[in-house]
Amino acid sequence: MTSPASTDLVPPQLSAAPRPAQGPAADEGLARRLRALACTAPLHDLDARKANLAGEYTVYAMAEVALAAIDLITLNMDFDTGADHEQIVARLLPRVAAQAPSRPAAEHERVARWVLENLINVGSVDRGFRAVYGTFGADGVYTRRDYDFKLIEEVPGYGGGVYLRTTDEAVNVLVGALDTDVTSAQIAAEVKLEVLINRGRLADAQLAAEQARYRTVQYAETLRKTLEATRRNVRAVDWLNAVPDMIAEALDHVADRYRHENAILTNIRKARDEAESTSDAKTAEHKRRAAELVDIVKDCIRRHTQLQSRLLDAGPLFRAEQDRQAFAAPTAYTGLDLYGQLVAPTLPLPVEQAVRVTDAFFARGTGLRTPASVRLGDLVDLLLTPPVEREHLGAEMPEPDLIATPDDSRFSEEQLASALRLLDLEHDAPRRLSGLLAEARELDGDLPYLVALLAVHAASPPVGTAYRQGEERLLFAVDDGTPLDDPEFGGADLIVGTALLDAVGMAADRSEAS
Amino acid sequence: MSETHAEYADAWGEQEPPQPPAASTSGAPASAVTPADASDAARLVSFGLQPKLLPARDAEYGELLRRYRENPAFARLADAVATGLGLVVLEVSPRAGMAVTAGEDSVFAVRMGDYARRASTDSADRFLHGLAHLAVAAMAFPRPEDLADDAYIGRLTVNGVDAFVRQACLRLEQRAEEQGENTDPASDAPGLEAAWRIYARRSATGATKDARRLAGSTTGIVGKAAAFLTDSGFLQRTGDEGGGSYRTTARYQLQVRDMAGSAAMAELLELGVVPVSDGSATLLPPPEGDDLELAADAGLPFHASPPA
Repeated sequence: MTSPASTDLVPPQLSAAPRPAQGPAADEGLARRLRALACTAPLHDLDARKANLAGEYTVYAMAEVALAAIDLITLNMDFDTGADHEQIVARLLPRVAAQAPSRPAAEHERVARWVLENLINVGSVDRGFRAVYGTFGADGVYTRRDYDFKLIEEVPGYGGGVYLRTTDEAVNVLVGALDTDVTSAQIAAEVKLEVLINRGRLADAQLAAEQARYRTVQYAETLRKTLEATRRNVRAVDWLNAVPDMIAEALDHVADRYRHENAILTNIRKARDEAESTSDAKTAEHKRRAAELVDIVKDCIRRHTQLQSRLLDAGPLFRAEQDRQAFAAPTAYTGLDLYGQLVAPTLPLPVEQAVRVTDAFFARGTGLRTPASVRLGDLVDLLLTPPVEREHLGAEMPEPDLIATPDDSRFSEEQLASALRLLDLEHDAPRRLSGLLAEARELDGDLPYLVALLAVHAASPPVGTAYRQGEERLLFAVDDGTPLDDPEFGGADLIVGTALLDAVGMAADRSEAS
Repeated sequence: MSETHAEYADAWGEQEPPQPPAASTSGAPASAVTPADASDAARLVSFGLQPKLLPARDAEYGELLRRYRENPAFARLADAVATGLGLVVLEVSPRAGMAVTAGEDSVFAVRMGDYARRASTDSADRFLHGLAHLAVAAMAFPRPEDLADDAYIGRLTVNGVDAFVRQACLRLEQRAEEQGENTDPASDAPGLEAAWRIYARRSATGATKDARRLAGSTTGIVGKAAAFLTDSGFLQRTGDEGGGSYRTTARYQLQVRDMAGSAAMAELLELGVVPVSDGSATLLPPPEGDDLELAADAGLPFHASPPA
C-alpha cells in the first residue's frame, strides 16, 4: 500500500539532488588542470620506482635529477638541433655524484641514463606518457579520456643524429606556471623583474629572469615549427594572412622584448655599479647576483636576435618558391590535389574511417612485387646459412695503394752526414768558410754546395728554437768583411763557429717565464 | 574531381581495348599470331615486371617497346598477356617502359600484412603505414599541376615528409584548440580517435642500440615507405641528407595519378566527406579572405588573388 505523500516527495528530491557537473566551462578548467597535473606524474613516478631498481638507489633524488635534465635540455636546444644525449648525461653527472659521493662513477652514470630514458619513456612505442581523466560533456554524460603527452622528445638532427628537445608540456612543468599564455606570462615576468630590481630584491629578480628565459625558449620553439612548415611547401601555409600575421607578430614580439630586455640590462648594470660603490658583504652578494642576471638577460637577447634573423629569412625563401611554383607555364589539365583532396580531409577523420582511405591508397600505390617461388633445396640452404654478422666497425677500409715517390732531394743522407761532420767545430776554434769549402771539395764535388748552404743558414742562427728546445750547441756564421775567394762561390768569407749555450740557465729562465 | 576521374577512365579505355580488336586480328591475314610473337609479348611483360629496369639501358627491352608502339597487333597481344597475369597496363612509352601494376587480388599485389607485421594486428600502425605512402605522394607532387605535368620530377626527404605531416597535425590540433574541442579520445572507443592524433603522438625518431632508425617511429615508417617505393622503381635515392632524399620516376607519377589517387578518392567519397572540388588547389587562402594589410617586414612580393 502506497501513501500519496511519498509520490509528492519525489519531485523536490530530484530538484535538490546535486548537479553532476558545474557546467562545461568549469569542467574544462578542471580538465586543463588535470592534464597539467599529469605532466608531473612521470617525475613522481621516478622516485616511486627507484626502489625497484637492482641496487640501493634510494639515496638519489630522482625527481631532482629529472628536473635538472629538463632544465639542461631546455637551455641547450636551439633552432636547428636539440640537445645532445651524451652531453646531457655528462652534465647531469656532477649533480648525481653530489647526491652520493661515495658511490662509483659508473653508478652515477647509470642513474643519469635511467632518469633520461624514463623521461623519454623508451619502453613505450609512442615514447610518451598517457594519463586518463574524466569529464562531463555538455549533455552531462561522463566520459573517460586519454591524455597523451611527452616530456622529452627525440628529434632527427643533421647527419642522422638524434637530439633531445623538451616539449611545451615539459617547459610548463619546469616553469611551474601550468596553464598560462606565453606572451602575457613573459611580460608579467619582466614587469616583476623591473619592480624587483628597483627594490633591490635581486634574489627574486634572478628567479624571474630565469623564468623569462624559459618563456623565450618556448616562444622560439613555437615559431620554429611554423617556419619549418613554410620552408617545405608554399601551398601548405597560408601566406596571404596567417604567416605574415605570424611573422609580424613575432617581429613585434622580438622588437618589444629587445627594447625591454635592453632596458632591463641597463637597469641591472646600473644596480650593479651602484652596488659597487659601497663595499660590505651584502652589497658584494648583490653585485654577484646582478652580474649573473646580466648574463641571463644577455642570453635572452641572443635568442631573440637569432629568432629575428630566421624571421627575416622567411620572405626570400617564399619568393624563390613562388617563382618556381606560380610562374611556370600552366598545364592543360589539372591533376588530383593530393594534399588538399586526400591528406587534409583524411587526417581529421576517426581512425577507423581514415584507415579505409589509406588502405585504398596503399593497395594501389605501392606497385607490384614479384612473388618468390620457393624450392625446398634453396630453403634448406637459406635456413642453414649462418646469419651475417652486423658490422660494428663500418665498411672495410680499402688497402691504400702506396706509390714510392722518387727521391728528388739534391743531396743524399751521406752527404748531409759528412757536411755536418765537417761543420762540427770545436767551440773555441772557428774556421773560415773558404777552408771548409776546400776541404769539402776534396771529399765530394757536390759537398761544397751543401756546406755553403748550411753556412749561410748559420749566418742567421735559429736562436729562439735552440732556446726553447734547450740545446747546448749552436752553429753560427759571422761576416767580418773578408771577401770569399772561391772558383764556385762568391760573397763574404764567413767565419763559421760553434757557440756553447747555457742550457741549464735557459731552462731556469723558461720555467720562470711560464 | 569526378570529371578528371572520368577523363582518366577514358584514356584507360583507349589504352586497353583487347576484346574487339582481337576479333579483327584474326580477320587480317598479314598479322597471324605465332608462338614467337606470344613469347616476345610475354617477354615485354616480364620486363615490365622489373620496375627498376630502364628501357634505355637494355637494347632488347627498347626494341620490344618500339614494336609495341609500332605494331598494334603485338600491342594487343602484350596487353592480353598482362591482363591474363592480373596486371594493369598504365603506359607503354620509352620514358616509363612497360609500366604495369598489380590489379586487385593479383598475385603481384602487395599486402599490408606482408609489408609490415604489426600493421595486420594494430590499426594505428596500419593507418600510419598507409598514411606514410599517401604523404610521400603528396610531398612528391605538392600541386595538382605537378601530378598532371609529365615532365615534373618530385623531390622529397624522409624527414621532410614527416615534418610536413606533423605540421598538418599541429594545425588540426590548433584548430581543435581554438574551437575548444576536447580531442582526447574516449578510452573505450579508440577507433573514434582522430587520425591526426595517432600520428602526432607517435614519436618522430628514437635512439636505438645499433644506430638504425627506430622502426616504430614516424621517420622509421616514412623511411620504410620510401625504401619500399624505391624497390618498386617509383623513387630513386639521391642522397642521405634529411634522413634520405629521393626523386620520383615517371612510373610513380602514373601510379599515383591513375591508380592510387583515384582509389583513395573513391573511398573518401564513399565516406561522404569530400566536398566536390573543381580541381583548383584547396590549400589556397579562402576567397573571402579580405585584403588584409600585409606586414611590411614579411617581404611578400604580391597579393595573391584568389581564383575566380
